[in-house]
Amino acid sequence: MSTRDQVRQFITTNFYVPDAQALGDETSFLDSGIIDSTGVLELVSFLQEQFGIVLEDGEIVPENLDTVANIVHLIQRKG
Amino acid sequence: MLTRAVPQLHDFLIDSARRAPSKAALVCQKQRVSYRDLEESSNALAHALVKRGVKRGDRVIVFGDNTVETVISFWAVLKASAVVSIINPLTKADKLAYLLNDCRASVMISDGHLTPIFAEAARKSPHLQALIISGAIDRERLAGLPGVSSWQDALKDGPRGSAPARQNIDIDLAAIIYTSGSTGDPKGVMLTHRNMLTAATSISTYLENTEDDVILGVLPLAFDYGLYQMIMAFRMGARLVLERSFAYPTRVLQNVVEEGVTGFPGVPTIFAIMAEMKELKNFDFSKIRYASNTAAALPVKHILMLKEIFPKAKIFSMYGLTECKRCTYLPPADLDRKPTSVGIAIPNTELWIVDENDQRVGPNQVGQLVIRGATVMKGYWEKPESTAKKLKPGPLPGEQVLYTGDYCRLDEDGYLYFVGRMDDIIKSRGEKVAPKEVESVLMNIHGVKEAAVIGVPDDLLGQAVKAFVVLEQDAQLTEKDILRECLQRLENFMVPKQVVFIDSLPKTTTGKIKKTDLS
Repeated sequence: MSTRDQVRQFITTNFYVPDAQALGDETSFLDSGIIDSTGVLELVSFLQEQFGIVLEDGEIVPENLDTVANIVHLIQRKG
Repeated sequence: MLTRAVPQLHDFLIDSARRAPSKAALVCQKQRVSYRDLEESSNALAHALVKRGVKRGDRVIVFGDNTVETVISFWAVLKASAVVSIINPLTKADKLAYLLNDCRASVMISDGHLTPIFAEAARKSPHLQALIISGAIDRERLAGLPGVSSWQDALKDGPRGSAPARQNIDIDLAAIIYTSGSTGDPKGVMLTHRNMLTAATSISTYLENTEDDVILGVLPLAFDYGLYQMIMAFRMGARLVLERSFAYPTRVLQNVVEEGVTGFPGVPTIFAIMAEMKELKNFDFSKIRYASNTAAALPVKHILMLKEIFPKAKIFSMYGLTECKRCTYLPPADLDRKPTSVGIAIPNTELWIVDENDQRVGPNQVGQLVIRGATVMKGYWEKPESTAKKLKPGPLPGEQVLYTGDYCRLDEDGYLYFVGRMDDIIKSRGEKVAPKEVESVLMNIHGVKEAAVIGVPDDLLGQAVKAFVVLEQDAQLTEKDILRECLQRLENFMVPKQVVFIDSLPKTTTGKIKKTDLS
């Protein structure tokens, strides 16, 4: 499975996205109500367990985590 | 200073805009908005509302995040002599439709990114005459809905220099704040201008707010504790640093430092997340003058945590309910002496405790807390039975006092201690969750036979929502299936953290579910 698909699968199953097909790579999780503050913490743990990426507090920002595309870029950069 | 004999809530904004027109009143997502801008934009939007048929006393729903538009909308509705209700953007379509119909809102103001939710809700709301939408407008999705206009167009609809003619008096309704009720249906707490003026004045008195304060607004404006940060900031002519949420703590805390925030209102979940941050020590919080927390009671470990995070700040532990905004605060000087107390009545209010026969009880006896003061709500919108349980005659003829439904006791010095709730409402992440509301969603899932929901202690959330589910024979539901269904119908904070499948629920001899046997 590609990195993108792994990320998409985690987001759609863990946060129960009702219409997984409709989730675009650039869709903001915050705007669409998919992820809230405890959700961000779950996402951070997923990245650590699945990809061995440890994020500093300062890296936990929407630019890295708020869309599928941002997460894929982050993994490519840090993985 | 207020020069009008009898001010209304929006006079806070009007007077501050007169005193300090060019001062940045609001900082939000890199935008800095001056008092003059807020004043003029809310004037224009108020005219737009009137033009769209909003009359004195009509309800207008603002379905939005913590944004500049939500702030402007709040004041505009008041200036149109209408009643404002801000709704949490996590609300799902069915519930939003319920709220629109419950208060028969004539106009809804929202933002393009929420289109899938509000468009569906608006179609089920026959009273809605117009929609004003900021951001991108999806004309296709909104086809057939009445009176759709963009934010920009609406703001061109009226003069910016002055508001529409004032029609209300101060005992008219200013806002309806929806809160979860034990019956499961949300209840609209009716608050007058006088209620809200009194509460904001009382709270900013003991917080010693001044126009030099820079107040953080990270809690939702749909939540009264979040809303009052804005009201109090504008009352003083201070500055509000409005954040969308605490989802990205570092970003919020950077803004706190850069903007020189002096007042940090939070809930236990926010402080617990901060305590876990490795780089917290790198932030210079020396300008923070006070931090406030609201919860049933502040656990001692939270007090220690707050003192460590904000070494120079006064820590205010507070307690209240939407029905009167706030009951008590613990003066910071008493924190070491009475750490488990929720404090004393807020200025210009009074409290006492009664037993089941409505007789006042003495020190250290547990009973129901009663609140007296101009902060006490007018009742629940169109729910006379629920209202009658909470509002009862007070000492003066015609007066009503609030029976809070909370068990408390007072010590010999008159300090209040919260003991428990008389109903089974759960407080999770500072938000109220009615078990009935969650249970009815669970019961509607195909394959679920019975369900019971309770709150269990949780370090991060205060209380976590835990569901016990009995499945129909042959039903093949997993925890994930249940949670998926819940997330489509409930706000995220109401969705159970844990689902336990059991064969049957414990019952009393009369067949009622016995929740005390669940844990």
